[in-house]
Amino acid sequence: MTATTIAAPAARRRSAMTQLVITEMKLFTRGRAMLALVLSAGIPLLLIVIFGGIHSFNTPVSKYGGLTTLDVYVPILLVFAIALLCLVSMPATLATYRELGYLRRLKSTPAGPLRVLVAELAVKLLVSVVIVIVILAVARGGYGVAAPRQAGGFLVAGVLAVAALMAVGLFVSAVAPTAGAARGIGAVLLYLMMFFAGLWLPIQNMPSVLQHISHATPLGAAVPALQNATQGQWPTWLQLVTMGAYAVAFALAAARFFRWE
Amino acid sequence: MRALASVRDAEGMSAVIDVQHLHKTYGDTVAVADVSFTVHEGEIFGILGPNGAGKTTTVECVEGLRDPDGGQISVLGLDPQRDRDALTQRLGVQLQQSRLPDQLRVSEALELFSSFYPDPADWRELMEVLGISAKASTPFRKLSGGQQQRLSIALALVGNPRVAVLDELTTGLDPQARRDTWELIEGVRERGVTIVLVTHFMEEAERLCNRVAVIDAGRVVALDTPAALAEQVQTGQRIQFRPSAPIDDFLLESLPEVTSIQHKGDALVVTGTGNALNAVISVLARNQIVAEQLRVDQATLEDAFLAFTGKHPDADDDQDDEGKTKP
Repeated sequence: MTATTIAAPAARRRSAMTQLVITEMKLFTRGRAMLALVLSAGIPLLLIVIFGGIHSFNTPVSKYGGLTTLDVYVPILLVFAIALLCLVSMPATLATYRELGYLRRLKSTPAGPLRVLVAELAVKLLVSVVIVIVILAVARGGYGVAAPRQAGGFLVAGVLAVAALMAVGLFVSAVAPTAGAARGIGAVLLYLMMFFAGLWLPIQNMPSVLQHISHATPLGAAVPALQNATQGQWPTWLQLVTMGAYAVAFALAAARFFRWE
Repeated sequence: MRALASVRDAEGMSAVIDVQHLHKTYGDTVAVADVSFTVHEGEIFGILGPNGAGKTTTVECVEGLRDPDGGQISVLGLDPQRDRDALTQRLGVQLQQSRLPDQLRVSEALELFSSFYPDPADWRELMEVLGISAKASTPFRKLSGGQQQRLSIALALVGNPRVAVLDELTTGLDPQARRDTWELIEGVRERGVTIVLVTHFMEEAERLCNRVAVIDAGRVVALDTPAALAEQVQTGQRIQFRPSAPIDDFLLESLPEVTSIQHKGDALVVTGTGNALNAVISVLARNQIVAEQLRVDQATLEDAFLAFTGKHPDADDDQDDEGKTKP
């Protein structure tokens, strides 16, 4: 073998995957996509500021096992941010790409359409992590909300919650016929899941039938798991398995039904 | 991978694309019945046909975007289905009805697509060549139709392809933008890229293509140079003039050189063999009639298209068989 010639410009070139992630990130900060970015970070932070200013929300409640109402709400607001990104923003983006014929165009290049889907997931994951850190930092720094005492359990529950939401989001992207439909289905799922996550009425305050239904939904499993970890306990196996099952089932269904065109 | 890169056709020219008996159906609808053609290195090969004739399906099979139901396709010696990865590196495409994300800027699209290829062209230079440098930071949504087409040509070329397939390149462009685009395509050929051009504009095919395949109802009905196709349908002339005084059709019809007479308002359109012009002018002179606004046309590719497909190139394809009567 002879020595290969040195291609100077090639050394500076980014891989297709890196360039796709950078491009997806830029697109996420523009136009309509930016609205989801602003809302997913803004609504939880706004609610923390409002709830933090209510005196009774900062006193421990026996029903919550000694946590304050604000403590209980932080995990709910975390999953809200992630759910908005994964259930509404991501399906709308992917369905738009399909509608435009962009996925088809990518299919005719060496990069292929799968990479843009991976790039989209990577961007949503990255933004989710940043928003979670910001929310936790503001809650801790501004309003003295306790940091998760069982950090490992918090992380595991968080990862599984993200996986379950992404899988459901991908499934919505797969079956929604248009970008408008994807946005609509995603929004309905967001409200339903957030209801069972306790956004309007914390799960602990729900009638027992609703509590049981809640625990069988992805976020109704995620929120108590995160609350447990905040208090220093490991999430229960049932909570983790519930989230994992949603992640696997919807990822498989999405892979089965996804259309590139 | 089959080593077919140097396949040669009957004329001994090297074949870049070889399609044999391509067949493709969607459910009960036959999109492509039986299409065969060979594209030579360095030429602009036109695929011409009415809407719904199977042009786009044919090139999508060549691009590997669709899996044919029958027949063989070889592109640069590669099988578009089996050798997808190798093919996508060497084949540039411009798809009909494919848009980019609204907010993606011109320079970002080019930088992104250039990252897909192992040996890309300099996208800044490409932007210069295609005259979209001034729009480098304009989002796709805000580009005019012509600028969007220029960008899509640039994206088709950014991977330094050996073959480019351009589908309905100038549809929706105004005449000036269309002519500008034609010049760009001629420039691309000069870079040594073999081009397959799908179109339903006769003028475009006549101007750009070295050879043209006319496809109708999923079959190749004619394949030759644009000039040869025009010759095949009509060896004679079409004479149009406004007689200075009324003339009896019979006087002209009785001429052996004349094949038909049509009235177009005050004007007469006489078609006939190569000597028809002399014969018609003599008859007119004998009757003291002057042929005003005299025009003589040779048959064009458009006439050939009409003869081969029975359809006007811009006609809608949804019409039934009775709409296909020969002119």
